[in-house]
Order: sequence, then C-alpha cells, then structure tokens
Amino acid sequence: MRVGVVTFPGTLDDVDAQRAVKYADGEAVPLWHGDHDLKGVDAVIVPGGFSYGDYLRCGAIARFAPVMQEVIEAANKGMPVLGICNGFQILAEAHLLPGALTRNHKLHFVCRDQWLKVENTNTAWTTRYDLGAEILVPLKSGEGGYQADEDTLKELEDEQRVVFRYVGENPNGSRNNIAGITNARGNVVGLMPHPEHAIDALTGPTDDGLGMFLSLLDTVVNA
Amino acid sequence: MARVVVDVMPKPEILDPQGQAVANALPRLGFEGITAVRQGKHFELEVADDVDDATLAKIAETFLANPVIEDWTVRRVEA
Repeated sequence: MRVGVVTFPGTLDDVDAQRAVKYADGEAVPLWHGDHDLKGVDAVIVPGGFSYGDYLRCGAIARFAPVMQEVIEAANKGMPVLGICNGFQILAEAHLLPGALTRNHKLHFVCRDQWLKVENTNTAWTTRYDLGAEILVPLKSGEGGYQADEDTLKELEDEQRVVFRYVGENPNGSRNNIAGITNARGNVVGLMPHPEHAIDALTGPTDDGLGMFLSLLDTVVNA
Repeated sequence: MARVVVDVMPKPEILDPQGQAVANALPRLGFEGITAVRQGKHFELEVADDVDDATLAKIAETFLANPVIEDWTVRRVEA
C-alpha cells in the first residue's frame, strides 16, 4: 500500500501522517504542493497545519496548488483521500466535501484530547471501527466549526455521511456536533481531530486513531 | 488602471463570533447604542482596463469569498 502525504508550505503534521501510514504497514510517499503527479499512490492524506499561512481563508489557497488538481481528479475517480484538520478545510474549499470550517464559536484555539463517536463504518477509512464506538484523539484547531446550510445538513444526516461526531460539550460550535464527514461515494473523508496523533500509547492519548489507517489498508488490499 | 473593491461578509445565518466579540467589547469601552457588529473582509484590487466584470465576479466568487459561508459585492471605484 503506497499512500501519498501532501506537504504545503506551512504544513505541520505530514511527518506524523507518514508515521501512521508506516504503522499500518504502508509506504508513505511524500508529495510536494508543486507536484503535477501523484507518483502512482493508492491513496492520499492531506495533513494538518497552516498551509500558506492560512491566508485569505484556511485552505483557500492550498486548494489551487498543482498537486491538489491531481488529488481532486483522483478523488472524483474513487481514490481514497483523507483530510485531517487543515486537510479537511482544504477538501471543503476544493468542494470534495460539502460545507465549510469557521472560527471556533468561543474564538479560542482548542487543544485537547477529544472523544468522538464513530457513526459510519462503511467509508474507505473507517471499516475497522465498530459502529457507535467512542474513540479518544487529539483536537487542535482554531477554525474547526463545521458550517453548512440546512439542506446540506439534512442530506448528510439522511445519508449517514456524518462519520465522526463530538461526544460531550461541543468544542467549536460545529453544526450537529459534526467532527468529520464523507462524500456520497465514501472514498473521501475529512475530520478536524487528529487520528495520526493517536496511533500508539507512547506518543498519543490512545491508539484509537490507528484504525483509520488500518481501514485504508483493507480498502486498498480489497480494491 | 481602475480600482475595484470587493467586500466579503459572513452570511446572515452564519455565526460571526468575531463580530460578536467586537460588539461585546463596545459597552466595556464606554460606547453605548451599538446593537450588533458583523465582521468581514475588504479587498482593494488595482485592475488593468481590459479586465471585464465577468472576470472580476469569478475572482470574487471562486477565490476571495467562500459562497458556502460568505456573501460578496464587487464595485469599481475612483482610484
């Protein structure tokens, strides 16, 4: 399994995403924002950080990077793509996922270990979880409030496309406590919390996040 | 050359915590009678004469604003 991990100027979590891929017995392939091809990878992770300094809006400039044109095309053909934190913001700006991420409702940057409920185990990235399982992974973001219009929210709920929901107090004002969503096809997933920071008990609060990368392994092997 | 102003504002139904924080600060600073504040972005573009309105609209819609959460206006002004 070869998994591309995109690095933009200002990306922070590419190394941890690569490490998570290796923990799932995959080969991590670094992709640079200026690249015009995906080097034959089976899947792509768009990791967290502050691409292009978050200038204009989070993800607004990264969306137009050369490598993202390749990611968008591949995602529309069914390649598994995961956006974490800033990566989620980028996928939303790129219209691979509906809605937008906005400033946290209390304006504070939130950095804490966050419980999530897994509500869709059919995506390319979540088959290893039990439906309804609660997992603990880090959340660290200032613009994580998920917003979408009522029709979009209804569509997401009706089609079980909310993949992760915040448990307990809503950390950022996200509509419907949404922490992560998927596209209609289930190959593209975006979430604000960081599964790649929770892959072993030595460096994370849990290893609950590893399931996402093992799920991808199953998806790629069974493809 | 012309100057073009693009104003981008959060949609009315979108929570604007920054605007609310500004509104909440005003009474503390002794300014009374301000009932609400919405915070947005103001862009000033220096534009060559051969750039048409359709191009400017596309710049605003696809890049300067995110139509999911923001409204925008484009207008030419005296430089």
